Amino acid sequence: MDFGNLLSLSLEQALGPTAIIYCLAAIGLNVHFGYAGLLNFGQAGFMMVAGYSFVSVATIWDLNLWLGIPLAVVMTVLLALLLGVPTLRLRADYLAIVTIAAAEVIRQTISAASFSEYFGGQDGVTGFIGPFRELNPYSGSIGFAGVNWSGYDFWVMTVGWVLVAVCCLIVWLLMRSPWGRVLKSIREDEDAVRSLGKNVYAFKMQALVIGGLFGALAGCMTALRSASIGPSFFATDVTFFAYTVLLIGGAARVFGPVVGAVIFWFLISALGIFFSQATGGADPLIPDSIMTPTQASLMRFIFLGLGLMLLMIYRPQGIFGDRRELAIDVR
Amino acid sequence: MPTRALRRGVALGALVLALMAILGPAASAAPTSETTTDECALAKPTDDDVISILGRICDRRESPQAPVEGVTVTVEDPAGEVIGEATSGPDGTFVIDLPGTAVENLGKKFTVKLDESTLPEDTKPEVLQRTVAVNLDTDQSVTFPIGAAGPGATGFFTEALQLTIGGIVFSVLLAMAALGLSMIFGTTGLTNFAHGELVTFGALVAFAVDRLPGAIEIGGANVTVVVGVFAAFFVSALFGWVNNAALWRPLRRRGSGLVAMMIVSIGLSILLRNVYQYFAGAQSQNYSQYSAVQPWEIGQILVTPKEVMVTVIGIAVLVGTTSLLQFTRLGKATRAVADNPGLASATGINVERVIGLVWIGGAALAGLAGALLGLTQGFDYQIGFKLLLLMFAAVVLGGLGTIWGAILGAFVIGLFVELSTLLVPAEFKFVGALLVLIVVLLIRPQGLLGRAQRIG
Repeated sequence: MDFGNLLSLSLEQALGPTAIIYCLAAIGLNVHFGYAGLLNFGQAGFMMVAGYSFVSVATIWDLNLWLGIPLAVVMTVLLALLLGVPTLRLRADYLAIVTIAAAEVIRQTISAASFSEYFGGQDGVTGFIGPFRELNPYSGSIGFAGVNWSGYDFWVMTVGWVLVAVCCLIVWLLMRSPWGRVLKSIREDEDAVRSLGKNVYAFKMQALVIGGLFGALAGCMTALRSASIGPSFFATDVTFFAYTVLLIGGAARVFGPVVGAVIFWFLISALGIFFSQATGGADPLIPDSIMTPTQASLMRFIFLGLGLMLLMIYRPQGIFGDRRELAIDVR
Repeated sequence: MPTRALRRGVALGALVLALMAILGPAASAAPTSETTTDECALAKPTDDDVISILGRICDRRESPQAPVEGVTVTVEDPAGEVIGEATSGPDGTFVIDLPGTAVENLGKKFTVKLDESTLPEDTKPEVLQRTVAVNLDTDQSVTFPIGAAGPGATGFFTEALQLTIGGIVFSVLLAMAALGLSMIFGTTGLTNFAHGELVTFGALVAFAVDRLPGAIEIGGANVTVVVGVFAAFFVSALFGWVNNAALWRPLRRRGSGLVAMMIVSIGLSILLRNVYQYFAGAQSQNYSQYSAVQPWEIGQILVTPKEVMVTVIGIAVLVGTTSLLQFTRLGKATRAVADNPGLASATGINVERVIGLVWIGGAALAGLAGALLGLTQGFDYQIGFKLLLLMFAAVVLGGLGTIWGAILGAFVIGLFVELSTLLVPAEFKFVGALLVLIVVLLIRPQGLLGRAQRIG
């Protein structure tokens, strides 16, 4: 067992591009779930629509990649409006079912063979990354204290962490504004807010759009990280993982998603490396009869599921959360 | 001779005639090539180390089916590269060796395509391509039935009828699975995202029984899989009890919020799905029996005996369950709890006991549905998870928490899923069902049979 290696590889993941993507997705969910009490289980759908819109400009119409950003914003807002109109009047559990269904509709439609001409079907699309790669100021591998990233990854991380910082600032400013206070009171008691003359529906819709836009950033970062985009990046589990990230850090806390993403990816990759080392090699720690390397790769998800359950049962407010802030319930 | 890859062929009625003579009612692994008397025979498995794709091209307008010669067939690897090509011989068969060793090809999916331009004039293939999943280190076979040219080879009406039959089979299974979900929601308010894993559990229990060494026989007949299905029902009931007693009852006692419990159920779903994959692997599986039985031909409609059996069992179980809920004291108590737990408790009904029974019954139904679903179409570790959204759609469509709503919703969704393939490509069939869900919520949020009340 090489613990030094395990530690450095896990740190690489914890600060790496993937953690940033989940962090951005969780910031969106924080606005939805943490502040507004909206149980959006379709964040992967927002990410997918934005990611595909972003790259489609370059891959379908042969235009500059950066023109994809306004398109991604427009499409995300449209999706949020489309989704919000029927569902925001519903109770939380209905909203959860409808959003998860909508995300699946989006995923199956975009990945359909019928549209493979535009979206590449199950394989997705590539070949749009040029303009972003050209801006990369780094070369070679970059790192510190034994933790190393490739120049490209480090470029993605630079952009990503700056985005995360900006998003956190936006969320902080929004939530200390009167608008944010209304949002929080909607989460606590919708009827009370309604009786004060606020248009609850409009506030919820605005929250859905804003949270969706953070999800859209996560979708665009997904495309940039992999230099490709495909339906497998946006499976239902992506939303669930983003929720886990949010809940680890603590919902309704500005830095909750950041802390959550780092811890989540550190643990996930540490567990993955631990079990792969424990089952690999000539004389594995855990014999093949108990666990094969294929089975070892599942252990981290088994722990993830267990961890999510225990977290929700024993510490639903996460690491930094305030229990009083999370009296969210189906009303 | 693996019959796994041929399952779809059975549904399309192609391979059937060749197998009819040799398949016993319960035989699954049938030796195909030696005994058949059909002119359009399957190619013999090649006796070498590489995996080959074997196939045949038959004109099913002839009886017995006539082989079609000189048709070019290609095999593409998962990336879409053409890796093999062959032309059908005088007996209509072709053999394409997959490049690479058997181990390299395991677990991959290959697409076998027919070159339409090389077909004889005035013929039309019923399928142009088939996907073959290589899961075993044996040769894989495919069949391409050829019909008459032009539209109307099978009429719209015939096709609709055929799809309706498939839809009914699916609906019955969906209803069984969704009933538990709806009742658990009704009595506890929990939106159980791990309900799909109860379905998978049933399929896996039946599989475990099937995998036990030796066959279970009663009076000389091999009933291993039948016993497995029964075991799925009872072990799932036990699993439901464990679920409730070990997790959900303590959570209710703690006074956990419904949203918190919903997220706990997501964690449970992730946990169980990966545990299932840990023990059962990621590949799609079939039971050792009934995986390829010959269908009955009623006019142009094909119905397999197992589909009939599954439907009959399913309907019997549904009628039994709904009668219990409708006519017994306990059923009345259950419906009372589903309607208003507080009021039911005030009238002296033991709410916890009712909830416990609902968990046991709901899980048993879900497990039975999983085993029967595995019987009709094979299963893998996430068969239930794939079904979850359709179950939600059915339950929400019918009205969350109602008995008849869940069943009605399941039939609407099940039939819609199958019949929509008449108009849209099959890959969109789930999309359509989920869109129905969203539209219904827009127009009638309480569902078809739900009581109008404020739900938002």
